[in-house]
Amino acid sequence: MSLTDLTIARARDGLRAKEFSAVDLTMAHLHAIEALNPRLNAFITVSHARAVDQARAADAALAAGGQRALTGIPLAIKDLFCTEGVRTTAGSKILGPFVPPYESTVTANLLRDGAVFLGKANLDEFAMGSSNMTSAYGPVENPWKRKQDDTAVLVPGGSSGGSAAAVSARLAMGATGTDTGGSIRQPASFCGLVGVKPTYGRCSRWGVVAFASSLDHPGPFARTVRDSAILLGSMAGHDPKDSTSANIAVPDFEAACARGVKGLRIGVPKEYRSEGMPAEIDALWQQGLDWLRAAGAEIVDVSLPHTKHGLATYYIVAPAEASSNLARYDGVRFGAREGGEDLRDLYERTRAEGFGPEVRRRILIGTYVLSAGYYDAYYLKAQKIRALILKDFTDAFAGVDALLTPTTPSAAFAQGENMDDPIKMYLNDLFTVPANLAGVPAASVPVGLDANGLPLGLQVIGKPFDEETVFAVSAALEQAAGFSALPAIRAGG
Amino acid sequence: MSLDHATIRRIASLARIRVEEHEVENLCQELNGILGWIEQLNEVDVTGVEPLTGAANMAMAMRADIVTDGGYPEKILANAPERIGDFFAVPKVVE
Repeated sequence: MSLTDLTIARARDGLRAKEFSAVDLTMAHLHAIEALNPRLNAFITVSHARAVDQARAADAALAAGGQRALTGIPLAIKDLFCTEGVRTTAGSKILGPFVPPYESTVTANLLRDGAVFLGKANLDEFAMGSSNMTSAYGPVENPWKRKQDDTAVLVPGGSSGGSAAAVSARLAMGATGTDTGGSIRQPASFCGLVGVKPTYGRCSRWGVVAFASSLDHPGPFARTVRDSAILLGSMAGHDPKDSTSANIAVPDFEAACARGVKGLRIGVPKEYRSEGMPAEIDALWQQGLDWLRAAGAEIVDVSLPHTKHGLATYYIVAPAEASSNLARYDGVRFGAREGGEDLRDLYERTRAEGFGPEVRRRILIGTYVLSAGYYDAYYLKAQKIRALILKDFTDAFAGVDALLTPTTPSAAFAQGENMDDPIKMYLNDLFTVPANLAGVPAASVPVGLDANGLPLGLQVIGKPFDEETVFAVSAALEQAAGFSALPAIRAGG
Repeated sequence: MSLDHATIRRIASLARIRVEEHEVENLCQELNGILGWIEQLNEVDVTGVEPLTGAANMAMAMRADIVTDGGYPEKILANAPERIGDFFAVPKVVE
């Protein structure tokens, strides 16, 4: 087995047993990136020299018996996390020249635990998108291919498309992502990975380029549930620099994976069974419920009555917060600048030149819904519906331990599809957005393939700060599904 | 509520994004498409519902009002598109 095929858990044991060195492991991934990144475009920046230095430091720590949770494990970092001394673009032209003078809390936590950073992963511009097509640094190719048509170039999903493609193609053992409306879970589903959006407040947002602050959730990608639990364990924790960071102890997520589901009550929200749902997704959902029942869980019907209004609510709240957060990109203190006749002209030209069409669209929508005379009709109304959506979850969780739903309404689509109408693209997040609005933890687990041979995921949603049950249910699904299919494009493939 | 060209120009100006005259009609159609789709929220009765401002109804943390960071202008100015001494430079604002 090649080093790039190992799980994080297995690599951790191999490093400890001196079967291979951290430099060997990092070099194997850097070679894979060299071979495949020109095609996949999963990384915007590859930090080769820095990764080798970090791997050498990991080997020194291992030799001294100082192994930590991720010592020597090579990861991809979504290019939305500020990394000290390494360019951070947010997928936008406007941050093209930006080199952060500080490290985000989540990446600092990973470095503290010995991780090696291979580079910065591609993403939709400012994390606004579901296909990675809005990146100013070009689209990302999904390593999976339709079996009847291997010429079609598929999207990896988004916004964390580069992170998902990198882990799927074995260019990295794991990755960080952020999830504002589905940006970890949807690409995880499209690329056959595990993706976890923890509870709001579990991972610090400090140093993560802000999109919609009340909806942004950092979280991990990995190829197994256990690996994602290991990563989240390092990423999470209270941070006084983020006023919404929760001062709650981080439990042993890895241990929770082995808990099993015996005696758990799993809710099936009837509102997720939409009219146009493809039969194979519905069948896989039923299969998932059967697996959990066979493993000792009780399946219970529940209702989340406001589900269908989640997406429209999101498309008021998220652009409103984005229009405010992105006001800082003015060409004065950092980032790109377009010259102007006066200060106002400088702002307007800088922002017209620096933002792509989707970002501009969302800033304009956000500005409108917050503007005088429209605030109550749009923004206040959306905040009230958001309260109803949270209440739906609170009511449902009074009777169940977790919920099971499909992650996405379809498998990965081709580059160029769903681009003619913004709303078509937005509909990708139909099943994932409610968990962001309510702040509850949710994971996507790969469980099967569609008729084209493309991966499909199921979503496990848990109670606030009960990621442990999410991991337990996800691990049970993973074990029952025995998902072993591999993407067409991968290192050593 | 449907946006006209004047409203597009007004919100673009509020957002400080230059919009060229030939872009207005297309933006108008796109934004009206999205706002029209959002109209579905009118069917939700929110009478008596308190708005939710964050992902959870958590209390904001308090911190001591003391200086904890700073004192490195070189680091702060390292990303400036233009600087004069220890200042960010912009086109002349006051005549």
